[in-house]
Amino acid sequence: MFKLHYRLERRAIGMTLAIICAASVGGFVEIAPLFTIDQTVEAAPDMRVYTPLELAGRNIYMREGCYACHSQMIRTLRDEVERYGHYSLAVESKYDHPMLWGSKRTGPDIAPLGGKYSDEWHVRHLLNPREVVRVSIMPSYAWLMDNDLRIDDLSGQLAAQHAVGVPYTPDMIRHAADDAYGQANPDSNRVAGVRARYDDNTNIRAFDGIADRLTEMDALVAYLQILGRLTDASNLDPVGKDLE
Amino acid sequence: MITNLTASERRGALLILVVMAIVGLFFAAAGRGDPIALHGALIMVVALAFAFPVMGHLYDPEPSADRLDTYYDDPSKVGMILTFAWAAFAMFVGDWLAWMMVEPTWTTGSAWSSFGRLRPVHTTGVIFGFGGNGLIATSFYVMQRTCRVRLPDQLSPWFVLLGFNLFCLLAVTGYMLGITQSKEYAEPEWYADLWLVIVWIVYFVLYLRTLARREEPHIYVANWYYMAFILVVAMLHIVNNLAVPVSFLSAKSHSLFSGVQDALTEWWYGHNAVAFFLTAGFLGMMYYYLPIRAGRPIFSYRMSIISFWGITFMYMWVGSHHLHHTALPQWVQTLGMSFSLVLLVPSWASAANALLTLNGAWHRVRDDATLRFMMIAAVFYGLTTFEGSFMAIRSVNALSHYTDWTVGHVHAGALGWVAMITFGALYASIPWLWKKERMYSSFLVELHFWLALSGTVIYVFALWNAGIIQGLMWRTYTENGNLAYTFLDSVVAMTPYYIARAIGGLLFLTGALAGCLNLYLTIRFAAPATEALSLMPLRDPVSDAVIQAAE
Repeated sequence: MFKLHYRLERRAIGMTLAIICAASVGGFVEIAPLFTIDQTVEAAPDMRVYTPLELAGRNIYMREGCYACHSQMIRTLRDEVERYGHYSLAVESKYDHPMLWGSKRTGPDIAPLGGKYSDEWHVRHLLNPREVVRVSIMPSYAWLMDNDLRIDDLSGQLAAQHAVGVPYTPDMIRHAADDAYGQANPDSNRVAGVRARYDDNTNIRAFDGIADRLTEMDALVAYLQILGRLTDASNLDPVGKDLE
Repeated sequence: MITNLTASERRGALLILVVMAIVGLFFAAAGRGDPIALHGALIMVVALAFAFPVMGHLYDPEPSADRLDTYYDDPSKVGMILTFAWAAFAMFVGDWLAWMMVEPTWTTGSAWSSFGRLRPVHTTGVIFGFGGNGLIATSFYVMQRTCRVRLPDQLSPWFVLLGFNLFCLLAVTGYMLGITQSKEYAEPEWYADLWLVIVWIVYFVLYLRTLARREEPHIYVANWYYMAFILVVAMLHIVNNLAVPVSFLSAKSHSLFSGVQDALTEWWYGHNAVAFFLTAGFLGMMYYYLPIRAGRPIFSYRMSIISFWGITFMYMWVGSHHLHHTALPQWVQTLGMSFSLVLLVPSWASAANALLTLNGAWHRVRDDATLRFMMIAAVFYGLTTFEGSFMAIRSVNALSHYTDWTVGHVHAGALGWVAMITFGALYASIPWLWKKERMYSSFLVELHFWLALSGTVIYVFALWNAGIIQGLMWRTYTENGNLAYTFLDSVVAMTPYYIARAIGGLLFLTGALAGCLNLYLTIRFAAPATEALSLMPLRDPVSDAVIQAAE
């Protein structure tokens, strides 16, 4: 065996090919089946997509690096289920390109955050976390309220999501900017379009508390309020099979 | 340095820079309204800043033919200066972030300096800026000396080194501007990723061309690791970064994979960035510099073979240990855990090989801080790989995951192993490269060593405590069967450990700054070397003895 290697290490191309072969096996065996085995992701017929406003909020969540301190993946451990709620299912992040499961909890898990707090709480918390949670070490995100949300590229964002497999219709893609505006401006004439194209239960309100302006705060709060609410699958799946 | 290039290399450099400036201008003009325009402008400015000096020397005479009798070390020199510069910058940002976790208001209040945006600046700056430059600079140095041949040309090493630094610059400025694809340790967006692919291909071709010209029948073990580093990082980088851009003129892209498949791809990448960037590359460094500095051949050639192939094969299986108890199918978690445990064998084979090489040279370890950097690196490599295998066990991971223990583990590796072996290698090469007798101040090297070691130990102990306390607080129940602590209780409990961690980081940063100062003083004021060694012929007696005995 060492004799063989003694010959191999005299050939640069031989070493190159051997390294590529040795390093390819693991990833191939582990990753490839995840795309083909049906049980990997549960079926959830009620699964809905992110609205353009929520998707924009998700982009802001990524831009600000929120995932560095908050996970969105409740593990199958008794204490986590009791603290946060039903453990996360694969289907819940089926439309997350990329996933935001996170790897560190400097702050709590927020997979089931949607609907837990009011919009006003989120806005105040994002502006100054210590105003609502005295001992918090979260940074403040005051600029979200100052920045108007960019909506001219939302059709492109939805089209790119469609290209990677999220079932947005051409109608949704075309009206992305209108729908983002309508979802955060309940008195506008664009609300009907949002209701027609998206789920009946879509949150339509002035998330940042200002009706006539579409800010980054609107988008981020809209996203936070939908976390864990894209599908009801976890409510149908009984908890506690074999939690440790 | 430009005059050392041949006339055709200067023309080639100018052509590349002009094309880059035009591409930059195109993105700056056509991408208006999108952050990509700022990066277009940045690319243009950088390309022009290099193009003008090249133009000034375009018609200089050809360099003398003597150059072909020596190694080509200018890119290594610049790479080592950049390594120190990135260390100072990225470690400063890291310690700033550490203090923000103690007192969140210690920031400018502007978006660019918020924790979430600076965190990838720190990780990218350290891993790619500091680590990557160290690897590129030392790999050029090592490949020439172990092949006993000069680099095949003078342009492609510059393209690799400066192109890689442009990638790092696009990455860190991007995060501060809000350009990120949010995949941990792979945050740069699609255009920066594509640029890195080009740079990386040139890098590997340069390696193969050097090997093809070598005067030694065997490829020395350090080169196996450098080759694995370049090749596998390319595989990981391309697969993990597959994405669809919003448009050709948008900085934003959407990942091809989603949810559980994306999670495993990300950690297959993430853990093997640790394996092939932060381990294989630096093992290459260790396998050259440690025996050379100790003046002894590597302890066991067979152990290095077993260790090399063990690491190359097994590491690729273990990424799923980052996803224990998640929605990832259990069989993948179990497979990842199993390979993580077996991986301890090749890892410790390398660590033991390094330490056993020092047998008979322990008096040098005592007297020479540079060699001591390398020795401590091998010790931390052994400790960290043991800790890593331990944390990959599902029940241990249930406690450690999501806590600061993971951060402590990463820093045991990054500070104790990666940074220590790099500083050791740099302190060994710098006097040789600049033809000096020794580093200007051996006191500063000694000071750097003790600051680095004490900083690392304080950092790691602080976060062991922090992580285990966090993990236990989250899962502690009262007698009535209720959770005993709120999440906020665990946040408050972290304060003393976060302070200790920030102090440990500050010590490490101070050491790195002492290193920067020493680098400057050495280049500027150190006494020139008198020995024949300083001429750096293609064969030098010291490395001959060590490398041949190793074979």
